[in-house]
Amino acid sequence: MKSVGSCFPNCQRFILPHQGILIPLSHSEMGSHLKIDPPPCSLPSSFFSSSLSFLAAVAPDRTPVEMGVTAESQFHVLAVDDSLIDRKLIERLLKTSSYQVTAVDSGSKALEFLGLNAEQARNSHTTSVSPNYHNQEIQVNLIITDYFMPEMTGYDLLRKIKESKSYKDVPVVIMSSENVPSRISQCLEDGAEEFFLKPVQLSDVNKLRPHLLRGRSKEQHPNSEKRKDREEILSPERTRTRYDVPEVF
Amino acid sequence: MDVGLVQMQRRLADYANALFKEGILDSQYLQLQELQDESNPDFVVEVVSLFFTDSEKLLNDLSRDLAQPNVDFKRVDAHVHQLKGSSSSIGAERVKNACIVFRNFCQEKNIPGCLRCLQQIKQEFLLVKSKLETLFKLEQQVVAAGGSIPTVQQPSL
Repeated sequence: MKSVGSCFPNCQRFILPHQGILIPLSHSEMGSHLKIDPPPCSLPSSFFSSSLSFLAAVAPDRTPVEMGVTAESQFHVLAVDDSLIDRKLIERLLKTSSYQVTAVDSGSKALEFLGLNAEQARNSHTTSVSPNYHNQEIQVNLIITDYFMPEMTGYDLLRKIKESKSYKDVPVVIMSSENVPSRISQCLEDGAEEFFLKPVQLSDVNKLRPHLLRGRSKEQHPNSEKRKDREEILSPERTRTRYDVPEVF
Repeated sequence: MDVGLVQMQRRLADYANALFKEGILDSQYLQLQELQDESNPDFVVEVVSLFFTDSEKLLNDLSRDLAQPNVDFKRVDAHVHQLKGSSSSIGAERVKNACIVFRNFCQEKNIPGCLRCLQQIKQEFLLVKSKLETLFKLEQQVVAAGGSIPTVQQPSL
């Protein structure tokens, strides 16, 4: 990926939240050459749209910007935390990494959102998310939850998700401000992918990516024919490899 | 180069550095700054303001809880846990540490100890509040004068 005419410090700031994905190869007054790794097709389209708008903002009179294009949709993360401050934090951390975020303040609201607890939804008087009365399956790629919450702990929520038909394969990550080894191993044994100690950092959020990508490749695998169709849509010219970048003006 | 602006930026940087040196703020505050950008230019102020109102309420709750004839220590602990969490999330190191000490007295059901700790937490909270309010004012002045906020160096811990 080349950013033409944008000076290196701007590109550096751009790289920071995408560390591990963007690697600077060279830079000069004319612009910077950045490498994308992993390959563009596995990255959410929001990455490119946000990149484009960033680069347009820093170099408004410059054309063109070469950039990978992908038809993949954004990853959607459900964040659960009873602390408003921590909810704001995790939301910002996730959005910085280009994930779509839904944040709720309790385990029961999370279940409600996922459509796993229609009874509770009907009885609840204060819903901050639109109630999912018809048990519609929501597209969620990862659930990240606080451990210590009133009424339902993150562990209870983990168990309920793993017991559900629709969401048992969704990766679940638990956060806690307390370092209790027995608690951590219990959560990991019962299906949590990771356990983050609070306050959660950007470096922790970067650890989520492999779990999300693995989930996505599981989605694509069941029908290999479907994947061929998708590849064709992405690269209409058969001679192009996945990593070839079409010019965008 | 506007000497006035440079001096303002220097004053801001010195003030911020001092807060880290004195242990009033820790590196988590820097994380907050890193999450602030053009699309979220007020992120730090927003989160810190939430912390202020949240903490004031919790401190009032704690005073009330400890004044009860039969103190509900589970309730007290839950409040301190919340306060410890939020102070940790914004990098208010001294407030967080005071909460940790408080929780020990809570576990021992030691009311005088808890009351002393609560005073300590209140003092630390008022300190970090006033320091951050001053910091934000200095930042506003720099921005108003057309400058950008200098990034604070990661303190050596």
